[in-house]
Amino acid sequence: MTTQNRGTVKVENGRYRVSGNFHYAYPNEPIRDESGKLLGITNPADMTHIHAYGGEAPFFENLSNAKLLGTKCANPKCETYGSVYIPYRIHCPDCLMRNEEVDLTELARKGASVHTFMITERTGAFNTLEKPIRFVNVEFEGVSTILMGYLSIGEPTIGMKVVPIFQTKNPTFTIMDLSWVPAGTSAADLPEGFSF
Amino acid sequence: MIKFSKQQLKIPQMSKPVYLVTGGMSKFDRAIPEKRTEELVIDAFLEAAEFIKKSPEELKEYIHSCYYGHFADHFGDQLLGEAVIHDRLGLDPLGNVGIKTGGATGGSTIWEAYKAVASGYSDTALAMGWERMDEVPTDEGNHYIASAADKDWETPMGHIYTGYYAVMAQKYWQVFGKEEESFRRTLAEIAVKNKGYARMNPHAQSPMKITVEDVLNSPIVAHPLRALDCCLMSVGASCVILADEKTAYEMTDNPLLLYTSAGSHTLRVADRRDMAIPLLPNESPDQYKDLGVRFPGGDRYPGFTGFLAARMAAYYAYGMAGIVDPTEDLDLVELHDAFTISDIQTYEDIGIRPYGEGRTYVESGDCYHTNPFTGQPGKLPANLSGGLIGCMHAVGATGIMQVIEVAQHIWGRWSEMHADEAKWKRFNRVKPDDWTDLQVKGAKRGMAISHAGVGSHVTATVLVHPDHQLKGRG
Repeated sequence: MTTQNRGTVKVENGRYRVSGNFHYAYPNEPIRDESGKLLGITNPADMTHIHAYGGEAPFFENLSNAKLLGTKCANPKCETYGSVYIPYRIHCPDCLMRNEEVDLTELARKGASVHTFMITERTGAFNTLEKPIRFVNVEFEGVSTILMGYLSIGEPTIGMKVVPIFQTKNPTFTIMDLSWVPAGTSAADLPEGFSF
Repeated sequence: MIKFSKQQLKIPQMSKPVYLVTGGMSKFDRAIPEKRTEELVIDAFLEAAEFIKKSPEELKEYIHSCYYGHFADHFGDQLLGEAVIHDRLGLDPLGNVGIKTGGATGGSTIWEAYKAVASGYSDTALAMGWERMDEVPTDEGNHYIASAADKDWETPMGHIYTGYYAVMAQKYWQVFGKEEESFRRTLAEIAVKNKGYARMNPHAQSPMKITVEDVLNSPIVAHPLRALDCCLMSVGASCVILADEKTAYEMTDNPLLLYTSAGSHTLRVADRRDMAIPLLPNESPDQYKDLGVRFPGGDRYPGFTGFLAARMAAYYAYGMAGIVDPTEDLDLVELHDAFTISDIQTYEDIGIRPYGEGRTYVESGDCYHTNPFTGQPGKLPANLSGGLIGCMHAVGATGIMQVIEVAQHIWGRWSEMHADEAKWKRFNRVKPDDWTDLQVKGAKRGMAISHAGVGSHVTATVLVHPDHQLKGRG
């Protein structure tokens, strides 16, 4: 079974237009015990989903432009007016009005630090990161929330100053386009495809 | 949500009391290739019927609506699996609904059945939970579990839920554990305790006689957590029958009062905003003023160190049952020990110990069946089933198993259900020569905490013997 011509999607006139293959069928295989008794079957599945980013699309688009976008409650009547969020929240969690987009790139470059972290050799299926993965949860001055990411260089410690890097070459348009490195890292040391 | 309105803090007022009548569970194991899910569900149902000396037909006659907890359709590869189970139990055409709240699915399933009975919709309801985590290899299983994190913002990073969870452990370890070797050993004691109690439980998947050194030498998963600090992946089913007072006493002469509450917090820990600590009845407003001084870095609440959902569930449940101090008012608990460190975090969230002091619940010996330092009964034994580390984590069944285990102590029937040689043999397990009776003598009240992942959903179920109700209940 070939998996060539894997499906792609466009939106035209507000509707999904798909082309190519979104699934591939493989035969089942029997599962037997030592005596040869049938206990079950395998059910192979290879299927592509379509996923809408909706109002978060500007965040994922702009990572490839080396920009880190967050949002801010712009409703003066809201009790938490002015609160800044990253992860990017489309609506304020309190007044539910649409948040205003804010560019947090410079703030992240100057004032981001590791709130907590973890290092693991374990991963799940479909992982694309090198092991061990160094997860970092990054806090920013004046921001209400703490963003999860991964450290590409160095060993994390709580309080460590970090700066964002972006996969601007061959971006994936996913959260994987954003990573973190210790403040002071040289551009020459960044992973392939990433820049400040 | 940072502040609470008066309406949001209302202690739930049910229209009528709800009783736990019976419960049953299947064997739990990492894989059970010889049985379909419905066979495990029927095993659990048959045990529940037998427990009150009824035939399955007699028990089914009472059931009016059904609540099915099953976390991950992905694992079983069957959407609407609840309908399959409902049919195989022969309960059509009664109303039924599926419930999914991650690791708290079992507790949430009881929560739904509880409200159905309390409202008068049903005189008797079935809460049944199961999980089938053996139908994909571990890597794919990790991917599925990681899909219960945010698919855009978290899952692509490693496809490993541990990564989203252990950052909390790391923060707690550094801030409240102060990276002390003694704290690391206290964590290991929890694993030793729970694996050890699992040895007395024929249902349990991972009974082990181990030492602190064994835990400390087990493979590292995510510093400071090691393999023996972590919960199991399991297959199995468990169920309870809830009823109103009149029906409960028709079915059995010894039903237990049951109260279930729920709390929640954001799916992504990232989104948790700083707030004041909501207080439980045994805490005072100025108690935490110097928390950040005593534990530098510990002044952000709940930050990455507390579970607000657990605190809220406890707040509601304590008000409903009249609990002021859980250590004084309860006789045993079953907690969601997904990891040894989250077990300690939960002691604080539910008020067994104040924030920052969770470790003392273990170090005092209070959490043991028999306090190892005094030889006397532990003040509030925890996870005598073996918990998620020793017994099982068949997600949809877990919270229900915990409630059954607590109930069997209050009924004074724990030994009967765990000593039975025939059951050990049926499960193809060897009863240890040093099998020990863990019945908590004179148990009157207990609680089970059911918890989802990084704390998105938590339920608290309190069981009370009707002759030992507390004053001041809601």
